[in-house]
Amino acid sequence: MDIDWHHFTLGSSLLGGILLGIAAGVLFLNSGRILGITGILEGLLTPTSEDSPWRLTFLLGLLASPLVAKLILPANLLHVPRIDASWVVVIVAGLLVGFGTRWGAGCTSGHGICGLSLLSVRSLVATLSFMCTGFITVFVIHHLL
Amino acid sequence: MQRLIEFAVGLIFGLGLLVSGMTDPGKVQGFLDLAGAWDPSLAFVMGGAVMVGLLGFGIAKKKTISLSGAPFNWPEMKQIDRSLVLGSSMFGVGWGLAGFCPGPALVTMASGNGKAFVFVLAMLAGMVLFDRFKKRDN
Repeated sequence: MDIDWHHFTLGSSLLGGILLGIAAGVLFLNSGRILGITGILEGLLTPTSEDSPWRLTFLLGLLASPLVAKLILPANLLHVPRIDASWVVVIVAGLLVGFGTRWGAGCTSGHGICGLSLLSVRSLVATLSFMCTGFITVFVIHHLL
Repeated sequence: MQRLIEFAVGLIFGLGLLVSGMTDPGKVQGFLDLAGAWDPSLAFVMGGAVMVGLLGFGIAKKKTISLSGAPFNWPEMKQIDRSLVLGSSMFGVGWGLAGFCPGPALVTMASGNGKAFVFVLAMLAGMVLFDRFKKRDN
């Protein structure tokens, strides 16, 4: 296996991960809610009066993050997004991600971070499933096509 | 006060995604490309997040009620079924194709990226489509 040392960012990735864990832990300890982006979006598509406010304020904070990052973080900590996928592939991928995350009831945040932190076997199976098909998909588009 | 905490949590989560590299589809695909030049960074994102998460949820397990007074919403679903595996697998294909999962797509959209914006629109359409299918099944 070849390691891509040029792009490997141990420090900032670990730091970012710790921030994700802090956010998930604080939201649950404070509000009793699972930090799952799929669940939060689902809740906003079918609003209920009780849950909508926290989902909306969370989402506003999330959407404000690039602006805040620009103001407070050193530029070398931020990654410039490299998007290889064409517009058509982006649309197909978006449809698959939207449909799939609702079908599987969670994504990288709900199943990946919260579920694994809760030692949930269900979330482990979900995480292994999307990791496996993610590996296979990239193998196909990078090495077979 | 609660609204402020939730806003801050969203902000911290977004900053975490930005700093970690999850908002760079090229980096995500670099992680998913085991057969190419492999970038292991994202394993450390997950590792760091779960390490802290274990601590947070561990503290919660010892408590009966959240700090705000709201009950803990412990996930109730335990079953491992077709929906879980097929849905998650479908998600993984989309994740691999574009390098975006839902959170990072939202953050990258908010930074003014056109492709991320289109991805989010398609993702929301996919979610609505799922609800249509589900309603028809019931």
